[in-house]
Amino acid sequence: MAALLQHAGYEEERLLRVAQQMPCREVQAGMLLSLMGQPQQYSYPSIFIYGHRASGKSHVMHVLLKELELPHATVSCVECVSVALLFEQVLLSFFGCDAASLLPRSPSLSDFVRIYRQQCSQSPAKQTRYIVMEKAELLRDTDANLLPALLRLQELVEDNVTIILLSEIVWDKFRPNTGCFEPLLLHFPDYSKGELQQILSQDRHPSYTAEFYSSYINILLGVFYSVCRDLRELRHLAALNFSKFCEPLAEGKVKETDTHKLWRNIEPHLKKAMQTVYLREVSSLQWEQMQQMEEKESGALRGLSAHTHVELPYYSKFLLIAAYLASYNPARTDKRFFLKHHGKIKKTNFLKKNEKTSNHLLGPKPFPLDRLLAIFYSVVDNRVAPTASIFSQISSLVTLQLLTQVSHDDQLDAPKYKCAVSMDFICAISRTVNFDIVKYLYDFL
Amino acid sequence: MTTTSVSKGCFVFKPSAKKKKKTLSLDNSEIRFKLCQDLWHKIRADTEVLQDELNRKILDSLLDFTRKCSSTRQHSDWASQMRASEIPTAALVLGVNVPDHDMTFQSLSELLQQSVTPHVASVQAKECGALKHLMKRVLERLMDTVVTVDDEEEEETEQTSTQLHKSVHCSLSTLCDWYNAKTMKSKTGTPGKKRSSPVRDDPQQPPVVIIFKDLEAFNPKVLQDFILICSRYVERLPLMFIFGIATSPSTIQHMLPHSVSSLLCIELFQSLSCTQHLATVIDKLILTPQFPFKLNGKVMQVLMSIFLYHDFSVRNFIKGVQLALLEHFHSQPLSVLCCKKKEALLNVMQLSHHDLESIRHLLSFRRYVEKQEPQEQLNLFRDDTHLKEVCQKLIKDLRKYHKNYYPVLRCLHTLTSSLPRYPLGKQVRELHLICLEKNVWENEDYQTAMKLLKMLAKDELIASLQRCVEILQPVKSKKMKKALVELEELLTLLEMNESRRAKKLSPFEVLRNEALEFIDGLVKSHLSPPESQTLNEVCYYSSSATVRRHLNATPRTSIQAALSSPYYYLQSLKTEDGTVSNAAPDICIAYKLHLECGRLINLYDWLEAYATVVSAAEGNNPDSDNVRKVEEVKHARFIQAVSELEFLGFIKSTKQKTDHVARLTWGGC
Repeated sequence: MAALLQHAGYEEERLLRVAQQMPCREVQAGMLLSLMGQPQQYSYPSIFIYGHRASGKSHVMHVLLKELELPHATVSCVECVSVALLFEQVLLSFFGCDAASLLPRSPSLSDFVRIYRQQCSQSPAKQTRYIVMEKAELLRDTDANLLPALLRLQELVEDNVTIILLSEIVWDKFRPNTGCFEPLLLHFPDYSKGELQQILSQDRHPSYTAEFYSSYINILLGVFYSVCRDLRELRHLAALNFSKFCEPLAEGKVKETDTHKLWRNIEPHLKKAMQTVYLREVSSLQWEQMQQMEEKESGALRGLSAHTHVELPYYSKFLLIAAYLASYNPARTDKRFFLKHHGKIKKTNFLKKNEKTSNHLLGPKPFPLDRLLAIFYSVVDNRVAPTASIFSQISSLVTLQLLTQVSHDDQLDAPKYKCAVSMDFICAISRTVNFDIVKYLYDFL
Repeated sequence: MTTTSVSKGCFVFKPSAKKKKKTLSLDNSEIRFKLCQDLWHKIRADTEVLQDELNRKILDSLLDFTRKCSSTRQHSDWASQMRASEIPTAALVLGVNVPDHDMTFQSLSELLQQSVTPHVASVQAKECGALKHLMKRVLERLMDTVVTVDDEEEEETEQTSTQLHKSVHCSLSTLCDWYNAKTMKSKTGTPGKKRSSPVRDDPQQPPVVIIFKDLEAFNPKVLQDFILICSRYVERLPLMFIFGIATSPSTIQHMLPHSVSSLLCIELFQSLSCTQHLATVIDKLILTPQFPFKLNGKVMQVLMSIFLYHDFSVRNFIKGVQLALLEHFHSQPLSVLCCKKKEALLNVMQLSHHDLESIRHLLSFRRYVEKQEPQEQLNLFRDDTHLKEVCQKLIKDLRKYHKNYYPVLRCLHTLTSSLPRYPLGKQVRELHLICLEKNVWENEDYQTAMKLLKMLAKDELIASLQRCVEILQPVKSKKMKKALVELEELLTLLEMNESRRAKKLSPFEVLRNEALEFIDGLVKSHLSPPESQTLNEVCYYSSSATVRRHLNATPRTSIQAALSSPYYYLQSLKTEDGTVSNAAPDICIAYKLHLECGRLINLYDWLEAYATVVSAAEGNNPDSDNVRKVEEVKHARFIQAVSELEFLGFIKSTKQKTDHVARLTWGGC
């Protein structure tokens, strides 16, 4: 397999080491190497690599640049809250901190280019310099000129520099409408089942044989491959359940080679893991504790989403109920629900066909504060004074994200809200205050 | 003279007796202030201790969690290596009583700093609108320096601060460098080791804890990005998060997508519910004879309803108690007697003639006088020294009443709280409220409770009575000791007798009735409402309206009160008949006039009316010529008043009719 990674200008030994560190990515690495050419040769100005999460993009780049000792700067775009940080990190890794300190406050792109050129004239590149940008999709949200400029940075700074963009999104979604320099596209395909098996088998436990661990991975993939192909997630699951897998061995019941018995032992366990751990319902630490406990006790441990009950003050509950009604009932039906003597409302007129049953499918609608309070006063059973604490409860419901404010924060006059809780949640709340909410919902009439 | 046994707690007494004697005769406000302060300090200290105790369990488990996390990180076994990329996270569910959280976080970060790590930073959502602000706050709080954010708005502050501090760049790699420098520095204490071992193996690597106080309020995008960045550094920096959650843990899943939450290793910690918290506070603060200051039924009701209906905040409840305390000592001159027994008896002797007169006017005292012999009545009204002696006795009686009241209350509660459908309430505070209102034994629910108790099976009855015995045991009061002896006798008899089904009453049933009659007797003699006690006004604060007005403000009512009766706020406008004088502020006049209108108000008519009233106020004859001249100024004043009314929400502009505005309130004068 190392044959693929033969390339002039790099030591054979190093290439071999590189190949060992990236199983199942030799083709892509070889392609990259041939794009990069020999260290002293000029390389293509920009390369765009895309592929799903955990398909080895960053890993391959990291290993290549590190093992071949090429000058490079790796920048994560999440971390660059401002372009200044980006520029600084690039200059820092190429020219040292003196260069980075030359940047003015809130530097522009031209500042960066100027300093880069100035530094580069002092220490011109003997080898191609690489700038690796992880999570490059975030570059789309920055200044419009940044991405096009980076793509042809080689021209701008007149230096042997190559930009490598790593992204989970295809290039088509990047292309600015003003047009730009087209980078070379390189796709990292998803790992196949066999490849996953090969990669996962590499993190074997030091006290067990490689074959044993590999057979474990085989069982694991048999259960999880149909629902999850994310390498990282699978690795996490493998680490979590391995101790359980080894249990019969430690007890001396089974031999290492008896895969069938081991499989019988672990299979129900993995199924259970699929329900909770995969969604991170319980943390890995708790999962391990749970495994150490006896089966009967483990029922007590519940996932995060099992805890949905929220305790609220009495009036907050009614405010939330009122908000729910205001969000899901059309305003014109309020009269029918909340007025004692609402007069005659024609049934055909009242029940418009297309409106029926659709409110819950359409999601919550915004409503003004007045309407919320009007409904609140009519649903709450005793007389409530309009005190300051009623109003402050509304805003605390907003901070608890049970309501959302639709209008802008600055709008003091007639603010608008939306109810952000689910039907189940509001039903549970209304049950605690003996309020039959379904009777008041237009959709269920 | 009366130095009989008093329970000797650790009370702070700093009586400067001589000074007091002087001031007392003239005005006892100073001494009242001091009493109030002492009492409040005691209450506050006690509640703080209580809250620490209540939080201890959850804080301890959190501390354990942090310790465990930082120790597994340094382990090199296979499983923890595989998990090394996860950031340990504690999800701390605290309930919706957000005002109470501050104290919990305060003690949490203090404890963390004392015992686990010096590197603790807590952030709040409102100061972290954008990622760079969050980053800046975290860095500042951990490193204790000024952090640069490349932001134009902060240019000026930046320039001044650069000269003062060595400012640093706002990124986690800066933090990493700083952390390494810190841990290196602490390692140089053992210089031989310095170079030999890599940093990771160093056992002295305290975790860096970041506390997000209010997770729900954070912008999800900011949080996600921050976690993504942190996970890039987790191998170099032992980070740890604590999420403060007010609603439910499923919020985490709503806020963070799987790609982000998979970077965390979340463990859940559930704190005590606020109702339980309040129950403990009431138990230790209200239902005890330890504090002489008491709340009457109505005030209790107000405080409870604010808690249950509005905010669930224990802190606010205690603030309410504080307000009642201040008001009581401020408004009741006789509150000088609301203190420890010894001091109270001393203060009785120092009462002035004026104070004694006000005692004579007390409702409870007059009721007491009416029951006395005519000669004694006369003495009480005439003779000050005699009154003082009687007062001393009455104060002692009041103390005895409290000493007996609470144990009996608890006994009754233990008996009734296990009954089906809780006729006398689930919580002891509910029973307390019933007892404060009126004679509990006249209550219908009490009768049903007694009936139910008479049907209790043997083991249940014995278990409840056993608990009553436990309640009565520590009480140091003669009557209670006597009751305890009797109860224990009954209990042994009950245990000895079998319960059999027979037509005739079995000996067990006879005894059961006897036991319950005994309890009934206790209730009747000790659970009478405090209003029936003489001199209860000294200890009981009763102005529920004041408490309600202060704690549960009604802005709308206040505005209307200010507009319709400005003399309520501006004393100079006081008129005899209570109507608005002509000299009232413009807005009041405009408001008064608008009340006379219907739904739509003609602006010109309104202006005319306004001008007439104002000219009359200035003493001008409305028919004279110079009325025309000042019209412009008046016009401007009128327009201002109208727009103020619009701002306050009484009127709004309308397109229904030209030159008209619409009223937004109903009713008139």
